[in-house]
Amino acid sequence: MSDDREDSNQTAVEMGRITKRFPGVIANQAIALDVKAGEIHALLGENGAGKTTLMNLLCGLYEPDEGEIRIFGQLMRFRSPKDAIAAGIGMVHQHFRLVESFTVAENIILGQTKGLWRDSPQRLHAHLQTLAHQYSLTLDFTARIWQLSVGEQQRVEILKALYRRARVLILDEPTAVLTPQEAQDLMATLRHLAAQGTAIIFISHKLKEVMALCDRVTVLRDGQRVGTVAVPQTTEQELAQMMVGRTIKRQRRTDPPERLPQTEPALILKQLSVMGDRQHLALRAIDLAIYPGEIVGIAGVDGNGQRELEEAIAGLRPFSQGELWRTGNLAHIPSDRYSMGLLTEFSIAENLVLRDVQHPPFQWRGLLRLAWIRKYAVDLVQRYLIRTPSVQTRAGNLSGGNAQKVVFARELTRHHQVLLAAQPTRGLDISATEFVHAQMVARRDAGTAVLLISTELEEILCLSDRIAVLYEGRIVGMMDGASADVHQLGLMMAGKTAVGHAQLADQTPSFYPAEADRRTRD
Amino acid sequence: MKNISTAWLHLLNRSRLKPLAPIAGGAIALMLGGILLHVSGANPLQAYGVMFAGAFGGTRQLTETLLKAAPLLLIGLGMTIAFRCRVWNIGAEGQYYIGALCGSAIALTYPALPSLILIPLMLAASIGGGILWSGLAGLLHLYRGVNLIISTLMLNYIGILLVQYAARVPLQQPDGFLPESAQFGDNAQIPTMLGTRLHWGFGLALLLVGAVYLLLWYTPLGFQLRAVGSRLSVAKCVGINTSRSILIALTMSGGLAGLAGILEVSYTYTRLKGDISDSYGFSGILVALLGQLHPVGVLIAAVLFSGLMVGAQSLNVVLQIPASVAQVIQALVVLLVLAGQAIARAKRDDAIPLVAHDG
Repeated sequence: MSDDREDSNQTAVEMGRITKRFPGVIANQAIALDVKAGEIHALLGENGAGKTTLMNLLCGLYEPDEGEIRIFGQLMRFRSPKDAIAAGIGMVHQHFRLVESFTVAENIILGQTKGLWRDSPQRLHAHLQTLAHQYSLTLDFTARIWQLSVGEQQRVEILKALYRRARVLILDEPTAVLTPQEAQDLMATLRHLAAQGTAIIFISHKLKEVMALCDRVTVLRDGQRVGTVAVPQTTEQELAQMMVGRTIKRQRRTDPPERLPQTEPALILKQLSVMGDRQHLALRAIDLAIYPGEIVGIAGVDGNGQRELEEAIAGLRPFSQGELWRTGNLAHIPSDRYSMGLLTEFSIAENLVLRDVQHPPFQWRGLLRLAWIRKYAVDLVQRYLIRTPSVQTRAGNLSGGNAQKVVFARELTRHHQVLLAAQPTRGLDISATEFVHAQMVARRDAGTAVLLISTELEEILCLSDRIAVLYEGRIVGMMDGASADVHQLGLMMAGKTAVGHAQLADQTPSFYPAEADRRTRD
Repeated sequence: MKNISTAWLHLLNRSRLKPLAPIAGGAIALMLGGILLHVSGANPLQAYGVMFAGAFGGTRQLTETLLKAAPLLLIGLGMTIAFRCRVWNIGAEGQYYIGALCGSAIALTYPALPSLILIPLMLAASIGGGILWSGLAGLLHLYRGVNLIISTLMLNYIGILLVQYAARVPLQQPDGFLPESAQFGDNAQIPTMLGTRLHWGFGLALLLVGAVYLLLWYTPLGFQLRAVGSRLSVAKCVGINTSRSILIALTMSGGLAGLAGILEVSYTYTRLKGDISDSYGFSGILVALLGQLHPVGVLIAAVLFSGLMVGAQSLNVVLQIPASVAQVIQALVVLLVLAGQAIARAKRDDAIPLVAHDG
């Protein structure tokens, strides 16, 4: 390995005029990409721009229709991921490929069929220790995956790739699932890896991260390469324009209409306590009231009870104590589109009527009104700007942003008084995020009580009229959205309620500088 | 690791002939079966000729095949509903027996009723029995978390033994020695239709092909059953009562299995005995899978499967080939056609799935 790493200017990956077609779309059109050893190269683009397809070609999941791939100068043809792994390509997928009940060490060696007799556990551990030490990756190899945080699981994936002698490491939106602190750790790790000669391809649509971490950026749009620029010679603004092909419209947060003094809350949580999956108290005596015409943001680091709060309000999780009052129906944008919101095997039209299919007008005398459903779906697809060839397309074929639009279209079309939106922009690109935010503000202005649960602090600051901070299952603070102080919020999210703490600077993630304009995203 | 077999699979995966893979699978099975027949001392071509003639070669043979197809079709349709909802009911055999028991109890208790009243009562009782037996597993699953595969499988044995007990003690023919009930009167025998030997149960099964198709794709209930089968967590999240859906899918398949039971007893055996099934409950599962969980596919699969069973009999009778050889051929056909279907379904460019993809 070390021979390759001595020359840091060596080209590690060279993809030339790569074209990949799928039925009805050209996912990649004559795309060129070169990544040098020791470089962190960002692949930037909106959802559906072709980033994931390009990387799936590089890691052997697909074969290109045209074009060639060279790894360290050698022409390659990958017929399966195994070929790509053998050539030194390592991929860290957004959804980890780990066996929950296995240990870290077992996951790392899983699928290694070399030799009938595996390494003895002692030798394996020693080998892993050396490897982890070399790349400063701290991990407990005897821990089981389900015991690890998301950030640690990601480290297992990275180590797994390194164990397989990866010289090119691809990370697909690695920070999407991380807390700000974990994201910082990951970035330090990646810098360390690059310094030792690994070529890193960093797929993202978060401009701040790209600017902070990467050496060069290749921007894709609509399956084509817009250009490759060196990070020091560009700005966020320029990258954003390359990505979307137009100037970004800055999100404006409008203040809510005056609340009538006599309005009753639409959603009340009274001393609500809820058990989590591991039989611990995930929510402890939550008190919360949300009024019609306001957005209440729940800020907090992931894993502090957000999931349980969402499920309790949506009626998916029983509570052990307390009460919950709600007027009218609930529209629910779930935190996990694919395990809660959409049936990937069903068509867009079917997904749009999923919740109310048993009621008129979708059925008549016990039979589905298919023509009516189709018309309804076509109408919603137009109204919510869902980009799809037809309403019969399977929802699983949609990009993340369009999939989320389907969920929004279904939920917002119901008659509802409360909107529960959990991580509504997770994994979405700029224009889809803008769309989602505009929808939420519009519902608020129309008099809906909106509860926003988000781990993206910027999103909370940008939309909320009031902000509650969730920490270890408790609401540790409540503040006005317009005058919220980022430092104080950061402290509360870290469980420190006293202002003026010495560790203030450390506790505020550097993604969110204090002077950041709260009214903008990206 | 590239070896010949994966290279071959990749080639197959890309070719335009992929949809023909199930047929190719069937052909390979027949070729392998041919070797077996040859070893058994028969001319394979002649043997297959005998099998085909025995199953489809004339009106009498075809009638026999369709008669045997009726219970397979009913059970296969039920399994289609259950499996579409991802309810793994493998207790059709037991539900079939209990359905037969309940229907027989009516026939033996009210021997004097006219056909027009007695037969509908028998059918209703058999459906009720199947619902009860499958519902038992369903309630254990929903309230106590008992695995459906295990409970439905175990209830098979309880159901079969219960019928054997009933045929030996409470329902045994009053002065008889054999473990079987008195013969049903003609009024309890399901009538034949259109001057053939085919009984109306077969006609009912044909009607149900359309009904199940309508249910699954044209009603809100079927939509919800499919949604639950597609992803339980999503169905729950959008407010579908998943417990109710599971119970409905399970009991529908149980009811249809029960119906198959009384039809067989009423027509073929005309009395309740301890042995009233040709493993229909298990074959019905295969028929549902071979038919790709589509009612029309299940109809075709049921007739073909039944044809294999009937053809095997004539193989035995005409060429004195042991029944076990025919059963091996039958199993080979099922296995390789299913494998072919899996290849046909695989998307182009999909790696041969070594690792299960989730969600």
